[in-house]
Amino acid sequence: MTRTVAVTINGATFEREVEPRLLLSDFIRHEAKLTGTHVGCEHGVCGACTVQLDGTPVRSCLMFAVQASGHSIRTVEAMADGGSETRLHPLQQAFHEEHALQCGFCTPGFLMSLEPLIPALVGASDDEIREAIAGNLCRCTGYQNIVSAVRLAAKRFDAQHGTNGSATGPE
Amino acid sequence: MGSATFADDFRRPGMLHATILRSPFASARIDGINAEQARALAGVMLVLTADDLPGGGPAIPMRLFSQPGMEEYLQRPLARAKVRYVGEPVAVVVAESRYVAEDAAELIEVDYEPFEPILDPLVALDAGAPRVHEHTDSNVAGAIVISNGDLDDAFDRAALVVEERISCQRHAAVPLETRGLAAEHDPATGELTVWGTAKLPHVNRRILAQLLNWPAERLRLVELAVGGGFGARGEVYPEDYLVPYCAIALGRAITWSEDRGEHLQATNHSREQVHDVALALSEDGTFLGLRDSFVNNTGAYVRTHGMVVPGMSAALLPGPYVWGAYHCEARQVVTNKTPGGTYRAPGRYEVNLVRERIIDIAARKLGIDPIEIRRRNLIQPEQIPYASGAHTDGNPVIYECGDFPLLLEKACERFGYEDAVRWRREAVKREQRRGIGVSYFVEKAGIGDYEYARVELARGGRVVVHSGAASVGQGVDTVLAQICADALGVLYEDVEVRHGDTRATPDGMGAFGSRATMLGGAAVSQAAACLRERILELAGRELEADAADVELDGDRLAVRGAEERSLSLAELTERAAAAEAQAGSNEPGLSEEAWFQCRDMSFPYGVQLAAVEVDEETGSIDVVRYLVAYDIGRAVNPMLVHAQLVGGAAQGFGGALLEELSYDGDGNLVSSSFMEYLMPTATDVPDVDILVTEDAPTPLNRLGAKGAGEGGAAAVGATLANAVSDALGVEVTRLPLSPSHVAELVRQSTATQ
Repeated sequence: MTRTVAVTINGATFEREVEPRLLLSDFIRHEAKLTGTHVGCEHGVCGACTVQLDGTPVRSCLMFAVQASGHSIRTVEAMADGGSETRLHPLQQAFHEEHALQCGFCTPGFLMSLEPLIPALVGASDDEIREAIAGNLCRCTGYQNIVSAVRLAAKRFDAQHGTNGSATGPE
Repeated sequence: MGSATFADDFRRPGMLHATILRSPFASARIDGINAEQARALAGVMLVLTADDLPGGGPAIPMRLFSQPGMEEYLQRPLARAKVRYVGEPVAVVVAESRYVAEDAAELIEVDYEPFEPILDPLVALDAGAPRVHEHTDSNVAGAIVISNGDLDDAFDRAALVVEERISCQRHAAVPLETRGLAAEHDPATGELTVWGTAKLPHVNRRILAQLLNWPAERLRLVELAVGGGFGARGEVYPEDYLVPYCAIALGRAITWSEDRGEHLQATNHSREQVHDVALALSEDGTFLGLRDSFVNNTGAYVRTHGMVVPGMSAALLPGPYVWGAYHCEARQVVTNKTPGGTYRAPGRYEVNLVRERIIDIAARKLGIDPIEIRRRNLIQPEQIPYASGAHTDGNPVIYECGDFPLLLEKACERFGYEDAVRWRREAVKREQRRGIGVSYFVEKAGIGDYEYARVELARGGRVVVHSGAASVGQGVDTVLAQICADALGVLYEDVEVRHGDTRATPDGMGAFGSRATMLGGAAVSQAAACLRERILELAGRELEADAADVELDGDRLAVRGAEERSLSLAELTERAAAAEAQAGSNEPGLSEEAWFQCRDMSFPYGVQLAAVEVDEETGSIDVVRYLVAYDIGRAVNPMLVHAQLVGGAAQGFGGALLEELSYDGDGNLVSSSFMEYLMPTATDVPDVDILVTEDAPTPLNRLGAKGAGEGGAAAVGATLANAVSDALGVEVTRLPLSPSHVAELVRQSTATQ
């Protein structure tokens, strides 16, 4: 038994015949071949599989692909300019500069969770930043450099857009 | 970017998927397996049980620290006749998709006759206890005794003897990427390739070749991106045999990746030890003798690490102190739990807790400040190099460098110990109890005798480092590139590091035991220095100058004092190639290789300090301040050293406060998902202050560098246990300091007041 799903991922539409039980994370990784979305626990705790569904971060391991049919998804691959390694998204650039990753497995989930939050984190305290990232697990960094990266990204966002500016989220 | 390829990202055309059927019982006899329905399911290509493997499947050998008789306790890829832990592989299924493979696994009928499991390592020691391996005569797979000095005399002379049972709970490395691998057999070349190896590509190739009875030269292991190692990933596990075996049997590419539930049941556990420790002191707090007897619960089978974990415990329990006498008996005990192995600071996280706790217990009884009692007993700089009298796998433990008192003073100053003591005494809300904890520890680094490197100046002027070391996501590429750039005199940006492909690199050991910089880096440094000489000599010939007068700056070679006579590295490679072609030389291009040998381990050391507030009502612990002070000898890359220490400390916090692999009475792993196995989130760990000192470079390598990988984790359990004991005035004797455990301590504390 299969169903037709059509999901728009990073602007491209992927139409496939899939079993209803196929997880959205597996659809993204193995049907759309976008393996930047990682799977760390398969029950929504670690946050590594986080993607944005119509602009809102969701755990792609907790959804079936059929539930995402007709929706628009953004994954980590869309962040850097044209997927390039040289023109990073400001948030990625901040992670890079602050050494906010070691093995990098959890990083896409952090980026997807944080991207819409950056405008709201302008001027946030470290405790508030820690609260904001508490839904994602990292086993390597101890989070300290991730907090620094978020602080830097929020500061740069503020410099570019102004406090309380058009804080409607990127893109 | 999301562009890295981790094991489960890797795909080959027509790839099949493997899954493992695992035992639901901790101890049971297998009376029969019926896989007919599974084999008949559409899309299923292969179902194998132990009876289908040659000889029932080979025993996976120990690669380190074995003892005679331990081979009786080794694991085979699939259970034969008996299962000994929940999660033990019973069958492997290969199918067109993972979903179908898992469906098929559910259709396999296994007739189990369950027995009462043995879970407690102390119960397992009883003479009458059933044996986990019925063909053996004991549940003790291995034992170590270290003894020096006159212990009886020390205890006879003592003004005070303190004794305690102190234990550390079972927890594990749990990298965020679960294990995974892919294998493919190319019948045309006869080559078998395994992707997704980690930690020890070359060592694992030898082991795997032996298990598969396959020529090593036709077995290629390739490292992909690695989502964290921490000791557990990269050992040879049952699946590392099964997946390539199936790939050969089917002539197809196969991938396998464990889910998190499987990971928690199948990948090495660690840290479960119970110690009976006794400390003898004189009235002024001088340590006269230390006696310890402990068990390490290694679970159902002895895996690749043999006696490493209890061995490291026994070797480093003495720490940085002078003991009149030291006696330690260690036993490696098997039970019906998941098999064990190493986890970051293996054996040391546990004994740092034991030693530093018993010292604090004694200090409190004697009324001596915890810093002062340590200060009085530290090994002095003039005693270095210091043979502690302990040994590991036959090698004596010799602290080759160090100034222990200096680091203690620096750590106290940085932490503001005097201020902290005042802060602790300040009037606070009654329900907020404040405590200070300190621990001093000696780490070990740089295990594994040698490392290989080849440094090449490629056509076009690019420098390529081929290293036998491995990446586990720790940043080794950066460090090796830096070391190469330094030794060669070129720009960091122009160096590319390659490793982790047994076909491209002829030899190597890998990444474990905080060794990649020490040994891998030293090999790179040595090869790069040789290459530099050759480059200068060649440039001298081309520029008609003495090699000693040629300077290499970035990518340009010039004659000193006559800078107009110059050429670029790219030009040099072109001319060298042309000259070689003309001379009909068979000499390879501009490339030098080196094997850096080092049989001795290095012993870095550190101090950790904590200030905590314990909430009497909720049992929660607020770590107000935390310091890791660590002497690294030489920090090749301070940012990476810092990151290793902070990240390690976070894992230490997990072990101290949250993480526990707990079992119910039937031997089921209760903490089998991230809902129950609690790893620290950003709100669970404090900001950690790091003090890296370079006061004691090691003489063991040309860099002076000691390992950084494990010092952050090594003493967090000890430090927080001491801080909470100080806050509550009761003695913590086990971890983790979960809210329920702390609530119990608060009750004890109130009862004794």
